[in-house]
Amino acid sequence: MNRLRRTVLGALAAWLATPLAALAAWNESAFGAKTPQDALKGIGAANPAPSKEIVIDAPQIAENGAVVPIEISSNIPGTSSLAVVLEKNPFPLAAKFDFMEGAAPFVKLNVKMAETADVRVVATAGGRHYSATREIKVTIGGCGG
Amino acid sequence: MAGPMKMRATLAGGYTEVRVLMTHPMTTAQSGQPLHFIQNITVKLNGKALIEAEVSQAVSRNPVFSFRLKGGAKGDKIEVTWLDNKGESNKIETAVA
Repeated sequence: MNRLRRTVLGALAAWLATPLAALAAWNESAFGAKTPQDALKGIGAANPAPSKEIVIDAPQIAENGAVVPIEISSNIPGTSSLAVVLEKNPFPLAAKFDFMEGAAPFVKLNVKMAETADVRVVATAGGRHYSATREIKVTIGGCGG
Repeated sequence: MAGPMKMRATLAGGYTEVRVLMTHPMTTAQSGQPLHFIQNITVKLNGKALIEAEVSQAVSRNPVFSFRLKGGAKGDKIEVTWLDNKGESNKIETAVA
């Protein structure tokens, strides 16, 4: 009886989980990349042009690498996505946000940083890629968590 | 386990600020624990997806995000959903205050 219940529940759970999993896309090659260059290639932004219109607000020194607050936004008209690349992390690509009409190209998040490194933000607007970097000094690395 | 979420959506000078907290271990490959992290986040306004995010294990434990939606009005419905690498998911809905 228990086994039957488990089978039925298991099948039900699998069925419930399937549509969500099938809908969601996760760029495995970009997130699995081990260098910033490969991460940029993975999101189709191999050679972004430097831009001063990308704003990165973050502490100069992060005492705890496990929680580094970063606020990013783009003033480039038509910005449709923002990606965060932590250049010295084992897997540099941390996040990519796609903004539809009605959303501002802005996000604030907390990330883990292995060591002092440049944070690169890549903005995509009208099919072109732009980027800016900012160095964050990390006192205690935060990738063990 | 999909822990509780918290969310606040407030009008602020022409945009709606959405602040959302997710309860999640966000364990990395380096931690010695099984890799377990949120991969996808969707932000919807009145049922329409406005932000789709893909994230890695580099996002801190118990993630907190702030987003900004253009315009918005009191009572508009904001929904945030996450999905992790084990197929677990959770969502929260709130009205703009």
